[in-house]
Amino acid sequence: MTTSTRRSVLRATAFGSVAMAAALVGCSKKEEAPSTSVAASAAAAAAPASGASAPLKIAFAYLGPVGDGGWTFAHDNGRKALEKELGSQVETKFVESVPESADAERVFRDMVAQGNTLIFGTSFGYMEPMLKVAADNKGVHFEHATGYKTADNMRVYDNRTYEGAYMAGVIAGGMTKTNTIGVVGSIPIPEVIRNIDSYTLGAQSVNPKVKVKVVWVNEWFNPPKETEGAQSLIDGGADVLLQNTDSSAVLQTAEKNGKYAFGWDSDMTHYGPKAHLASAVNNWGPYYIKAAKDALAGTWTTGHTWWGVKEGAIDLVSISDKVPADLKAKVDKVKAGLKDGSFAIWKGPIASNDGKEQVKAGTTADDAFLGSIKFFVKGVEGQVPGAK
Amino acid sequence: MDTYALLLAATLNAGTVLAIAGLGLLVNERSGIVNLGAEGMMLVAAIAGFATAVHTGSDWLAFGAGALAGAIMAGAFGVLVIWLNTNQYATGLALSLFGSGFSAFVGIHYTQERLESRPHFAVPWLSDIPFFGPALFRQHPMVYLTILFTVGLTWFLYRSRAGLVLRAVGESPESAHALGYPVRRIRLIAVMCGGALCGVAGAYISVVYTPLWVEGMVAGKGWIALALTTFATWRPSRILLGAYLFGGVTMLQFHLQGEGVAISSQLLTMLPYLATIGVLVLISRNPVWIRANMPASLGKPFFPGS
Repeated sequence: MTTSTRRSVLRATAFGSVAMAAALVGCSKKEEAPSTSVAASAAAAAAPASGASAPLKIAFAYLGPVGDGGWTFAHDNGRKALEKELGSQVETKFVESVPESADAERVFRDMVAQGNTLIFGTSFGYMEPMLKVAADNKGVHFEHATGYKTADNMRVYDNRTYEGAYMAGVIAGGMTKTNTIGVVGSIPIPEVIRNIDSYTLGAQSVNPKVKVKVVWVNEWFNPPKETEGAQSLIDGGADVLLQNTDSSAVLQTAEKNGKYAFGWDSDMTHYGPKAHLASAVNNWGPYYIKAAKDALAGTWTTGHTWWGVKEGAIDLVSISDKVPADLKAKVDKVKAGLKDGSFAIWKGPIASNDGKEQVKAGTTADDAFLGSIKFFVKGVEGQVPGAK
Repeated sequence: MDTYALLLAATLNAGTVLAIAGLGLLVNERSGIVNLGAEGMMLVAAIAGFATAVHTGSDWLAFGAGALAGAIMAGAFGVLVIWLNTNQYATGLALSLFGSGFSAFVGIHYTQERLESRPHFAVPWLSDIPFFGPALFRQHPMVYLTILFTVGLTWFLYRSRAGLVLRAVGESPESAHALGYPVRRIRLIAVMCGGALCGVAGAYISVVYTPLWVEGMVAGKGWIALALTTFATWRPSRILLGAYLFGGVTMLQFHLQGEGVAISSQLLTMLPYLATIGVLVLISRNPVWIRANMPASLGKPFFPGS
């Protein structure tokens, strides 16, 4: 192909793509125009008739794809529950795979510009971008998952995932044959360390001899690395695995090796039917419904919400038939105790694995203590990365 | 002793993905074309392979589908880069981004699927030898094929006429053109073969290594394979060595973490990269040797008749 032919090919391609883009933009504008006029007339007709306002526009920013079968999947199920419960009072949208960087700020500003007045950011890393956008948009409510900074129009919500980890630990302690269980950890932040510790405490409540091994993937989502981490735990003797990562790779590796594992964030039963013992799930529906109702009723205030089994936000589901009845009964007892508040997981005496006493006998650790845990309890092997 | 046998077995498994992709990129780069789209090709091949495995239940058909997907994408890349002479690096990056998005789009309906559990592979008599049995002979057949393929590729490049022509095209396309060889067609074939191999690697990830599909599941292995090809100075045996080294140190650092070793996990995570770069740089530190091995026309466009 000579240079002039190449130039003409490129020119034709450029014209073609610009023409196509123009056509697409033109088409979509035509579609939007009639729908907005219909909506406007409907709203005008409805307003004097019932005095009801336009639906509350809600937007969600997800860290990963809805199809991850884990963290984001659970959030989207919460969004769907919200839509089902409040129907025409709300209009929800979501954006997937929003990176935890300056790009997140652009996405949140976009959401505000599109008229959303209740915005959910479902990952820790959105904290700073959300704060910035919240400061510039006082009339919009912002909800940040798993964070800790708030503002007048931005509040924090979280789930007591450690309760799910504790209940999984109870099953693990009873099912292990080697007295060694493992955790594939994501990033060494207090939330994950707390889950590892609670898993250990749960296992020790039925099997005091159990040891816990931990490997860190240093990412929330990396299926090949999660597989390698799980494989190394199994090679090291662990036969029941918990994960704090977002894909089903750990469960699949356990299935391949004939060991046991738990589903995390969502019900992962069908990813590894032989290996699956139970799934510690996040149920975001109840909180999302409450937040939307707050916004609709005008009673939205800032604060810090931390819900668990009691409020229906955490559950251990799909417990396998391989788990013996007496072990299942123990889990049910813990669940009932968490529901009515009579059972506390972090009740002293609890010592860290370097021998220091962390929670005194007779006392119960409070939320502030739990929110900043940086030590491993006795029974976990190794040090917390980065801790002094 | 048993732990080390298992570690060795895990190394072979982990290194195979990088080795196959690295060898594919080697064939590519030996003809003078840099294909930065390895990650995108591997992702599209991963979903192609996974979808095929879900619908047909056959691993080998899945590898074939992955190879086909990789070859098609590489073919498109080849036409752009070889006939329209677009910048190879930019086009490769575009291919990578396209592959990420396209695979995510096509794979939306496959995230809830799972594959039947795979049978355990074991070479009949050799896998019972006390230490080396579990260490070396209980792998998926693809692991052994990779080693055989490396030997085959070395013979092809350095002992066969076709390999000589390929290397000639990579060193000096003008001279090859003057001698009458169809330089651009040879380059396209090399690019498509490279793409097919990257495709096999991608399908291996989604069908054997981590049998599931989620968006972005290759998680950077394509980029690692690209770097590996450069650090291994374009020699097949060194690519195999680098791949196993990287895979081995990755499993070793997880093993060390599991043992509770008092080194921070973030430092341990750096180990595979440091070790591979370190060893390969040491082996290949002779500058004359590097210049002798790098295809001289790598990354440069070729205009016949100019």
